[in-house]
Amino acid sequence: MNYNWNWAILVTDPYFGWIISGLGWTLAVAICAWVIAFSLGSVIGIMRTVDNPVISTIGASYVEVFRNIPLLVQMFLWYFIFPELLPEEAGTWVKRGMPLPEFWTAVVCLGTYTASRVAEQVRAGINAIGIGQRQAAMAIGLTPRQVYRYVLLPVSYRTIIPPMTSEFLGIFKNSSLALTIGVLELTAQTRQIEEYTFQGFEAFTTATILYIVVTFMVMTVMRSVEKKMHIPGVISLGAK
Amino acid sequence: MFSDFDYQVVIDSIPFLWEGMQLTFLLTFLAIVGGLFLGVLLALARLSHIKVVSFLAGSYVNFFRSMPLILVIFWFYFLVPFILGRPVGGFYSVLVAFTLFEGAYYCEIMRAGIQSVKMGQLQAGQAIGLTYIQNMRYVVLPQAFRNMIPILLTQAVILFQDTSLVYVVGLHDFLVNAEIVATRENRLIEMFSTVAVVYFILCLTFSLSIRKLQRRFSV
Amino acid sequence: MIEMKNVSKWYGSFCVLNDCTTSVAKGEVVVVCGPSGSGKSTLIKCINGLEPFQEGTITFDETSVGESKTNLSKLRSHIGMVFQNFELFPHISVIKNIMLGQEKVLGRNTEEAEKRGMELLHRVGLSEHAHKYPGQLSGGQQQRVAIARGLAMDPDAMLFDEPTSALDPEMINEVLDVMVELAKEGMTMMVVTHEMGFAKNVADRVIFMDEGRIEEDCTKDAFFNETRGERAQSFLSKILHH
Repeated sequence: MNYNWNWAILVTDPYFGWIISGLGWTLAVAICAWVIAFSLGSVIGIMRTVDNPVISTIGASYVEVFRNIPLLVQMFLWYFIFPELLPEEAGTWVKRGMPLPEFWTAVVCLGTYTASRVAEQVRAGINAIGIGQRQAAMAIGLTPRQVYRYVLLPVSYRTIIPPMTSEFLGIFKNSSLALTIGVLELTAQTRQIEEYTFQGFEAFTTATILYIVVTFMVMTVMRSVEKKMHIPGVISLGAK
Repeated sequence: MFSDFDYQVVIDSIPFLWEGMQLTFLLTFLAIVGGLFLGVLLALARLSHIKVVSFLAGSYVNFFRSMPLILVIFWFYFLVPFILGRPVGGFYSVLVAFTLFEGAYYCEIMRAGIQSVKMGQLQAGQAIGLTYIQNMRYVVLPQAFRNMIPILLTQAVILFQDTSLVYVVGLHDFLVNAEIVATRENRLIEMFSTVAVVYFILCLTFSLSIRKLQRRFSV
Repeated sequence: MIEMKNVSKWYGSFCVLNDCTTSVAKGEVVVVCGPSGSGKSTLIKCINGLEPFQEGTITFDETSVGESKTNLSKLRSHIGMVFQNFELFPHISVIKNIMLGQEKVLGRNTEEAEKRGMELLHRVGLSEHAHKYPGQLSGGQQQRVAIARGLAMDPDAMLFDEPTSALDPEMINEVLDVMVELAKEGMTMMVVTHEMGFAKNVADRVIFMDEGRIEEDCTKDAFFNETRGERAQSFLSKILHH
């Protein structure tokens, strides 16, 4: 078993630059996709808890479609097929005119996929609040919109901070799939380093450590956020 | 645009796609078996009273859960032949990667399942004189499995979808074979939409069956 | 004030309310009692539209509750409701609980809402707890805040759904005292409860329900002193033994 260890390669140009750039792209993809996932997912999650059967079925269908197709397949659908479905000029713009087409495709793909998962968390969070709260809010005359805004959502978003953190970390890890359409994020860059230098251990260890460090940092931050948002006097917010 | 859909391509490539699907199924099945086995060991280790054992198992789980699956695939694609000192088919490297990765997730599902059995049950078992092992075997684990099975099955569906990632090392699974045909015949839309539809139907059917199972067996 | 005519309600094929007809006049205090599952809670939740009903009519102060064009939000701002499980909003302070409806439904400004809120808190004896959160209060205290929350809307009537059933025995009286005072001040009240002492004290009428039907609907004296129907008698004998 012959292996030439060369950890120094990680800090030499251009490889060091590749690592930093890769990390940057990973974070960029993750954060942009999360913005979509959180907003779209919240809307769909709320839609699933509403009385109107049409609206809640649309929400349920969205979730089922995005949950039952592998993420990689979704990436290809967005990258190869979506531009073809648009009218000519729009399709051409997406393929060539738009800046960073691979980046934005990956962002939209990850965002819409994760939105389906966020929707499920939001739905679970709202449903975990007993029907009594909804009735009490309506009994003082709040309209359905007000009931969500002042009573249901403030409480359910606090309860779902842990699973939401987990979804964000999911997007962060899934950003690696962007490499299949050419985004040079962290995993891609370290693979490239391995292919150029044959220093597989060093390259992959770097990626591993960076993923672990970011995960750890995110979890620490979210734990303190959860503490700050804690409602005084409450141990668990489940339905009675 | 839809008028020049050439479904003949899809139909002609069915044997080739089926070959790919067989690899997908095989990989899924083996990874589930391996993952479950590893998961049980890890779960028991995590729940063990020996601090070192519990810590090691916990670290393993946290480690694999912090990493993207693609990176794990690259790691083992590189590492397995390296350790064995000779070239190894991509399939075995990937199988190792999947098993070790899924094992961490199965561990957490099983651990949660075991911990979801109320303390009162364990105490009731102790009160009638059962030993720890008897308690586990007759009281706790049966209930734990009942709770876990739907989630384990859901994880299996996720694994089935995750096998598509072998794309990054070029293994000929269902998706890769479809892509080969797609690029060769320049029929990306037909092939990729077929892949999406097939996965959707398979996964949705399985998920709905799991839900039906859950309803029938809910205590 | 409240008129209910031939109201029936089904959950699927199960009949929860069976042809219920009754009324509550302004200033009246009506107690609704009966065994579990008799439909008492459902009955009062129909009055403010929290539960829909399939047959019959309910009017509150000339407004029909069942009609689709009725603005339920507006209607509910005239009826206060107190729930068995208090249902205070856990994420906002006690005073904010009382201010929420005033600001968002009645459109009062913050100072007005706060002033009224503090008045009501004082009335139920809980002014020092204004800035605490519901989770930090005992059950009896939470229920008194819930009553204040209902009163903050200056309602024309108050509905109570088993207000003391979820309380530990030593806290029941603090809540009943508030309700007795409210009754003496002339509030129109409909109270679902097992507390017969309360009924004997301030009720004008008593309604007894069994299996979705109103079996008895008479004055308090008639209910307690005369012999009523068989079911009512059997219920009373079980309840009054405590």
